[in-house]
Amino acid sequence: MSTEAIALPRTEPASRPFVDALHEWVTTVDHKRLGILYIVYALIFLVIGGVEATVLRIQLIRPHNDFVSPQVFNRMFTMHGTTMIFFVAMPLGFGFANYLIPLMIGARDMAFPRLNAFSFWLMAFGGFLLYFSLVGANGLYGAGNAPDVGWFAYAPLTSQTFSVGHSTDFWTLGLLVSGFGSIGTAINIIATVLCMRCPGMILGKMPLLAWLNLVMAGLVVLAVSPLTAAQLMLLVDRYLGGHFFDTQAGGSAVIWMHFFWIFGHPEVYVLVMPAFAFASEIIPVFSRKPIFGYPIMVGATVAIGFVSMSVWAHHMFTVGMSSAANTFFVLSTMAISVPTGIKIFNWLATMWGGKIEFKTPMLFCIAFLFQFLIAGLTGIMLSVAPFNWQLANSYFVVAHFHYVIVGGIMFMMFAAFYYWFPKMTGKMCSETLGKWHFWLFLIGFHLTFDFMHIPGLLGMPRRIYTYEPGRGWDTWNLIVTIGVFFQTIATLVFVVNLLWSYFKGKAAGNDPWDAWTLEWSTASPPPAYNFATIPEVKSRRPLWDLKHPNDPDWKYE
Amino acid sequence: MQTSGMQTRRMNNSFARGVLHVVGALVCGKLSFGESGAPSTSPTNIFAPASTPADSIFGLSLFVLAVTAAIFVVVASLLVYCVVKFKKRKDDDGREPAQVYGSNQVELAWTVIPVLIVAALFMATARVIATVQNPQPGNALEVIAVGHQFWWEYRYPRLQVVTANELHVPVSDPAHPTPTFIKLLSADTDHSFWVPRLAGKTDLIPNHPNSMWIDPHETGLYLGQCAQYCGTQHAKMLLRIYVQSQNDFDHWIQEQRQPGRRSTDASQGQRIFETTACMNCHTVAGTAANGRFGPDLTHLMSRDTIAAGAAPNTPENLRLWIRNPEAIKPGSLMPAMELNDQELDALTSYLETLR
Repeated sequence: MSTEAIALPRTEPASRPFVDALHEWVTTVDHKRLGILYIVYALIFLVIGGVEATVLRIQLIRPHNDFVSPQVFNRMFTMHGTTMIFFVAMPLGFGFANYLIPLMIGARDMAFPRLNAFSFWLMAFGGFLLYFSLVGANGLYGAGNAPDVGWFAYAPLTSQTFSVGHSTDFWTLGLLVSGFGSIGTAINIIATVLCMRCPGMILGKMPLLAWLNLVMAGLVVLAVSPLTAAQLMLLVDRYLGGHFFDTQAGGSAVIWMHFFWIFGHPEVYVLVMPAFAFASEIIPVFSRKPIFGYPIMVGATVAIGFVSMSVWAHHMFTVGMSSAANTFFVLSTMAISVPTGIKIFNWLATMWGGKIEFKTPMLFCIAFLFQFLIAGLTGIMLSVAPFNWQLANSYFVVAHFHYVIVGGIMFMMFAAFYYWFPKMTGKMCSETLGKWHFWLFLIGFHLTFDFMHIPGLLGMPRRIYTYEPGRGWDTWNLIVTIGVFFQTIATLVFVVNLLWSYFKGKAAGNDPWDAWTLEWSTASPPPAYNFATIPEVKSRRPLWDLKHPNDPDWKYE
Repeated sequence: MQTSGMQTRRMNNSFARGVLHVVGALVCGKLSFGESGAPSTSPTNIFAPASTPADSIFGLSLFVLAVTAAIFVVVASLLVYCVVKFKKRKDDDGREPAQVYGSNQVELAWTVIPVLIVAALFMATARVIATVQNPQPGNALEVIAVGHQFWWEYRYPRLQVVTANELHVPVSDPAHPTPTFIKLLSADTDHSFWVPRLAGKTDLIPNHPNSMWIDPHETGLYLGQCAQYCGTQHAKMLLRIYVQSQNDFDHWIQEQRQPGRRSTDASQGQRIFETTACMNCHTVAGTAANGRFGPDLTHLMSRDTIAAGAAPNTPENLRLWIRNPEAIKPGSLMPAMELNDQELDALTSYLETLR
């Protein structure tokens, strides 16, 4: 013992690679690492939400099925909706925004790196809190269970009378906590876009991705705040004797609907703006042309942002509003289709006259255009209030918004993965696996969501754990469920592709797609400081100028 | 009720309507067996209207479907054309295509045309909103529908009739309309009243009375179900509307106005009903039972189904429902009554006398 004590102490601590790496990731304030954390976090919840969807669809494969009890079914659709909106779609959008915006505007980080880390961890703990309900929601009784009030949690189903135990509290607190995270990230994005651009990049020369995320972030601030307020009011109702939504004591169930949907509709645009952003970057590169009508695209984006704040009550055409109110919300809802249509036409015009390369990201973009067109048209049908009196809360609506969220947003998220994966990892994704993923997912998507419209037209309401035979719904539900299995396999192919490409993929180099925006001018993956020297730009496509010194963009813009 | 403008449009729509019926029959025909005897389509098909509100919506929906279909054809063709025509060729020379940054004329065109389409859609919509959300005429039958977790209470205030789950209304001849106005209330959470062939849905919200109206043109049974998530058994909160000729309806009202019939051989069952928890929730008019939490059972045997349409009204189902409601409708608020076999038999026989 004494001899050992004489030995010289080691000057460096034992090497602990896993702990060190974990420590670096947990304490990071680097926008790229936080972006990847957001994305990985969202992918984990995507798998969880997908399993929940599969349970729902197996239960509905035939009438009077008893795969799960009504209680379990109701929890599953509540968790599926809440998870996919708040813990998959939003963090995916934030993740790409975090990763890409500083790189695309020639900055070294976001405006507030520590706020950025704080916001991510708030959102992360919000998700954990929601799922902790499975352990803790019944409080003293031991076994927990998940919330079962639906993702829009209409009052008074959320009151103590109808929702005993703590499951609704986990839902409320989970969204409250992640809501603060979302607002923090949104403020950060706004500050970054407005203050951190490199020399020469005036607002009018900013990549469209930055513009769309700026509007998205503005909507998050405006939309998540009322939701947060409503969650606090609900907590006051449940625990401090408030009567905001307590109909037995003169409160109003309709006020909750207004609060929820003044969040809920802009939220759709919060989710779709990143999809628009990816399309506006990817389609030009694979068509080998600049985006058509850049100023109009910016104008349409800002117009959508404003109009989307005035359409919320089209979710409430059946709650007995006056005919004047109904008519107003028909008009505002239809009006939003004009700037959205302009965007689709501009993307088509970008492809027009180009030389289109059908790499995996572009395949997802083309499917996005097709599916988003259909989603927009069923949206017009739903905006027609009388037609909506039939379609609201039916499977037609479920099909419509899955067309938007899966067919539109999710397809563009996949496109973004394939497009920016080389930048994030330095490795190319496998084109073969990518195309398998694309085609399998496309088939599964259309089997599920095309045929899902029909039972809605035949009178099938949403959120029912089982249905009667003889209504003409059976075959359609069977087909819809079969499509889910294709989507599951496709998602597995996607995950395999990400893992395989990360370890075995070809080296990507700085600029594998011969693209034009600043992120492709630095190494893949970019160093912590992004750019050795801060770039200076003269046009919207700085790398085009670099590659074509005789024919630069700034002469024509 | 029918405006002449509406009739003109309906005639104009007759061709489109025929086409849609054929398509509907092809799509849905072999897959459903109409419980109501509706012609080979789904009994809850929104494209088979049988009442003015549903019909106005149907006419408007045809217009909207036509417009959106036209937009789809144009834009999808442009997309397909782009993909086929501007694909990068194998023998490509490797040069970048002409760089086009935009065109204000083209942008103007695809802004103005959608604005015009929106204007047309909006005006057609506003007209139908006004038609359907119009005031109540004096001669209408008045019904109050109260949504409960997970069943429907119906009250006819002027006729002093109370029933549950199966609504009876008279048929309405378009020449001499006898519409039914339904005031929608809720006793607990949100519900929604949706019988697709008769009208669009309207929510029943506590502390927020709503109303809707129907004027069914044909007799028969019309089906629907609650369309707003209201709790565990939202799925089995089914709607059944029996549309009857005026005579049959008057006859039904006469029967419903009678007090519950007594039968001496069921006195044991009645005693069980009145000495257990049954009477806390259920009413049998003319007896001591006057609970309001569950359905009125005064004329239980005049109904085809029990548990809000979840099961046919047979003695076996009634007995099972009293013994173990979870077997028919898990999560319903009807408690298992914990009676022995003999008590169950007696109680079931008593309920069977409530005609």
